[in-house]
Amino acid sequence: MRVRQRFYLVDVLAGLALTARHFFGNMGRHLARALGRDVKGAITYQYPEERRPYAIRLRSLHRLVRREDGSPRCVACMMCETVCPAHCIYIVATEHPNPEIEKVPARFDIDLGKCVFCGYCVEACPEDAIRMDTGILEFSAYSRAAMIYTKDMLLALEAAGPDGRPTSPVPMPAGPRP
Amino acid sequence: VSTVADLGIAFGRVAFVMLFVLNVGGLLTWVERKQSAIMQDRIGANRAAIFGIRLMGLFHPLADALKMLAKEDFRPARADRFLFGLAPFVSVFFALVAFASIPFGDVLRLGGREIPLQAVTLNVGVLYVFAMLSLGVYGVMMAGWSSANNFALLGGQRAAALMISAEIAIGASIMGVIMVYGSLSLQDIVRAQGQLLAGWIPMWGIVTQPLAFVLFLTAGMAATKRIPFDTPEGESEIIGYFVEYSGMKFGMFAMADFLETVVIAGMTTALFLGGWQVPYLVADGFRLPGGWHLALPHLLVVLLQVGAFVVKVSAMIFLLMLIRWTLPRFRYDQAMRLGWLGLFPLSILNVVVTGLLLLAWRSS
Repeated sequence: MRVRQRFYLVDVLAGLALTARHFFGNMGRHLARALGRDVKGAITYQYPEERRPYAIRLRSLHRLVRREDGSPRCVACMMCETVCPAHCIYIVATEHPNPEIEKVPARFDIDLGKCVFCGYCVEACPEDAIRMDTGILEFSAYSRAAMIYTKDMLLALEAAGPDGRPTSPVPMPAGPRP
Repeated sequence: VSTVADLGIAFGRVAFVMLFVLNVGGLLTWVERKQSAIMQDRIGANRAAIFGIRLMGLFHPLADALKMLAKEDFRPARADRFLFGLAPFVSVFFALVAFASIPFGDVLRLGGREIPLQAVTLNVGVLYVFAMLSLGVYGVMMAGWSSANNFALLGGQRAAALMISAEIAIGASIMGVIMVYGSLSLQDIVRAQGQLLAGWIPMWGIVTQPLAFVLFLTAGMAATKRIPFDTPEGESEIIGYFVEYSGMKFGMFAMADFLETVVIAGMTTALFLGGWQVPYLVADGFRLPGGWHLALPHLLVVLLQVGAFVVKVSAMIFLLMLIRWTLPRFRYDQAMRLGWLGLFPLSILNVVVTGLLLLAWRSS
């Protein structure tokens, strides 16, 4: 320990100068912002109202892509269910009315309580029928059962806008608070 | 009629100091949150709102008080009922009354009366503040003892040890100031700081007693029991004299720390920063060393002086907060070593050097 450090004072003053510089610098920026300048006095994002920008490749809540007639593009090939490391996808296949399309899912459930958001289902899909581009991160539920999203729920979701913000409403917890 | 007026004036003086200290102490919870946030590039608590009006988080102290009043007032089964309830009141009371003898202005002449701007005019004001600060530790010790909790007892014992080591340094560092200005009355000390050194330097305590200023500030911070001297609370060790307290009683201990911060800031202002003195402002207006003179009415002079006192106290509080949010905490043994082997010998040295210098100066 050097002599200078034993007396604390010099190092204390250096530390105070550092924090005071932050204080007055930020105060100046807050003031400039109040006067209309485009500077930020804090790195805080005021979350619900203000969101940090998401990366383009962010994997958010899944959605099922629709054909032009509104039916799922999915052909129930079971690729995603097979590749899923968390075993959170459950598909029941049925016949499609159009003979040119082999199958269609009667059920397509994703248990988001189990999903690990690895994105393997998106990569495995040969039909580009499942995507993780909704920009929705804040889905929640009061029970494990309510975390299972069904085919209709997933079909209703839209891709996020160009700014990364969700365009479809964030699914809110269904049912009464326990 | 005159006795009624006198009573009213006395009441007004006490009420001014009381409300000043209480309000500033309450506001300090907001200052603490906001100042620390801005120092750390954050925004700080701003969500408490009344009808959507947030006022930069100014409602948070109010929300805190409401929360603490609504919380359960828990008392451990084996705690000493009487002392457990009394302890927070003792803590807050002595922190609150300590400010009484700190002058916030010179004499106000109004309608043929001379009103000293000070809650209580005491000719031993320094000792009074010092004594009240010392008595405050009894609340802390009582809390630690009566909680029937080993950790609380350890916290109370630490508070007592810290208080004693800090207060010896406070007393010894004040001694130099008393020697220079030759009085124990805070008002006289502040008046004496209005003189000019070498014709142009205001003779503030920080100029004549720079070492005592540093020592007093350090020991004063220790007396407030806040970081870097938070060993009685010891948040990271979960030792603390108030571990068993909840609700408003806990809030009172927190409040006492803030009030002590205000008292230390007021004491530092009165002893070292010239109290209510504005440089070159005398009773009849500004008088610069070059002979330039600007006459001001009496009321304006008094107003300027009270304003200067408030500004100086605020600046000191800012500095104390800056220190609290910059430095890491001392370990218990480090705090003790700093008090007994650092502050105490240095303040004795300060007294000796001041005495020698005064002797040389007066005999020349």
